[in-house]
Amino acid sequence: MSTMATALTTQVYSIFIKASPEQVWEAITTPEFTEKYFYGVPVTITAETFDGGASAQGAVVEFDPPHKLVHSWRALYDTETAAEPESRVTWEIAAQDGGVSLLTVVHDRLDESPKTAESVAGGWSYILSGLKSVLETGKGLAG
Amino acid sequence: MDDDRVFKALADPTRRHLLDRLFERDGRTLTELESELEMTRFGVMKHLKVLEEAGLVVARRSGREKLHFLNPVPIRLIHDRWISKYAERHVAALADLKHELEETA
Repeated sequence: MSTMATALTTQVYSIFIKASPEQVWEAITTPEFTEKYFYGVPVTITAETFDGGASAQGAVVEFDPPHKLVHSWRALYDTETAAEPESRVTWEIAAQDGGVSLLTVVHDRLDESPKTAESVAGGWSYILSGLKSVLETGKGLAG
Repeated sequence: MDDDRVFKALADPTRRHLLDRLFERDGRTLTELESELEMTRFGVMKHLKVLEEAGLVVARRSGREKLHFLNPVPIRLIHDRWISKYAERHVAALADLKHELEETA
C-alpha cells in the first residue's frame, strides 16, 4: 500500500471475543484452529517454538497459558521479509465480565524490518477477525 | 453491540482526524496529539476516551509515557460485517464512477 505510514515499528491490535481465556489460548496455539483463520496455515506453538511451517517461524520467549505468549517473528512467505531481522509478537489475553476475553496482539521491534511491518499491518486485523469468528461461530471467514 | 460505539466514534470529524494522525504516525502521547489540533487538552482527552471505548484506540504505557495506538480491528470487523456483505463489487463500481465523473467535471 503506497499510503502506508512510515512509523509502523510498533503495531497494536485488540479484539473482544466471547470465549474464555483458555479457549482463546487453545485457538492460538493449536494447528486445527489456526488453519481456519491464519491464512490456512497450521501453526503449532509450544513453550519453545512458534512453528508456522514455511510461512513464519519464531522462538517462544514467554509462555504463560492462558494469559501471555511472547515469541520472535520471521515471516518466510516472502523472500524480502525473510531477509529482515526478527521482530517480536506479544499476545495478551485478559478475562472480562460476561464470559468475554480481551485479546491484544503487539507486534514490535520492527524498526529494522520495514517490509515485514508493511506486510503484517493488514494481516493481523484479518487474522484476529477470523479468530473471533472461529471461536464465536465455529467457522472462519468466508473466502 | 460494539458496532454502535464504533459508528458513533467515527461519526465525528475530530475523532476521524485523530485516527488519521495516528495512522500517519502511531504510538503518540496526548501532548503530541494535542499540539496538532486546535483544541484544549481536555477536548482531546474526551475524544480519545470515546475512541478508546469503541476500541479504535488502545493506550499502552511505555515507561512514564502513555502512548496511543490506532487499533484497526474494529474497522475490519465492520468491513467483514457490512461491506463485504453488500456486494462489494457493485459498490466499488459506483465509487469508481463517482471519482471519474468528479475528476473530469
